[in-house]
Amino acid sequence: MTPEEQKLIQARQRSRSIVMAVVLFALVMLFFGITIAKMSH
Amino acid sequence: MPADWRDFVALTKPRVMTLVVFTGLCGLLVAPGHLSPILAFTAILCIALGAGAAGALNQWYEADRDARMKRTAGRPLPAGRMDRQSALHFGVGLSFFSVLLMGFATNWFAAFILAVSILFYVFVYTIWLKPRTAQNIVIGGAAGAFPPLIGWAAVTGDVAALPVALFMLIFFWTPPHFWALALFVRMDYANAGIPMLPVVAGERTTRRQILFYTVIMAAAALAPVLLRLTGLVYGLTALIATGIFAVLAVQVSLSHETDPAQMRAERRLFKYSVLYLFLIFGAVVVDHWVKLA
Repeated sequence: MTPEEQKLIQARQRSRSIVMAVVLFALVMLFFGITIAKMSH
Repeated sequence: MPADWRDFVALTKPRVMTLVVFTGLCGLLVAPGHLSPILAFTAILCIALGAGAAGALNQWYEADRDARMKRTAGRPLPAGRMDRQSALHFGVGLSFFSVLLMGFATNWFAAFILAVSILFYVFVYTIWLKPRTAQNIVIGGAAGAFPPLIGWAAVTGDVAALPVALFMLIFFWTPPHFWALALFVRMDYANAGIPMLPVVAGERTTRRQILFYTVIMAAAALAPVLLRLTGLVYGLTALIATGIFAVLAVQVSLSHETDPAQMRAERRLFKYSVLYLFLIFGAVVVDHWVKLA
């Protein structure tokens, strides 16, 4: 594997991790909202 | 090489999802009853994720065929930017997640219809019908017609005449919409070995069939107002918008153009058919709000 390829792989892994963190945070907020809505129903 | 996150987004066919989300939202908005905004948002999110999951599984199954078509060769799998197993895991995971979330957030009947729509798109349309019959999109079109039913069911827990009428409208809209496209990308389908109507039965038959299904679609579009399920706002919009659709379909049926690059009438019908669905479903919602006011 060339250094360029290694760099590209690391960049992709980093961006995937960031997106995953954002998605997980959004899901936490969503489930919190759903719970509140269900409880007040 | 790990796939880029944008390729996972591309796997969900975001452009197709727009129409799915919009028709699902309209079904949800006109349903009697109340759903809290966060649950309504979740229901629409589930419809979007379910459609995305079906799209991902479709691309997983059709990767080899997509590679032979100019229109789809740039997708993540045929372009080699993602391995098939990742696409399969993503599609299956998203399917389960969307159905379970719909069930927990709204009700299990809506989740059931969502599951049926995903399974129908993957197994009935993609795997069974598409490679075997020229009528693939006639029956397979049902998969894209489910969202208004799901949106309605998310609120009420059942289905009624109006969402069924909207289902029928999308069902009969699908053949003229897809066959208009198939006419000017016929060679693509032929190269991929997909038996689309223009490839199997020829252009004349396809043009006649577009007109035939437009007539049935027009009846389906006017049915809600004739059955008094909707009011004047919808009735007028449906009449005008369907009239324009019919004129464009007649132009396609009378055309003898064989060069795909010169098929202006076909491209016009295809583009308008997308706008048409937005207009019709938008009118259903506005009509509902006018009635409430």
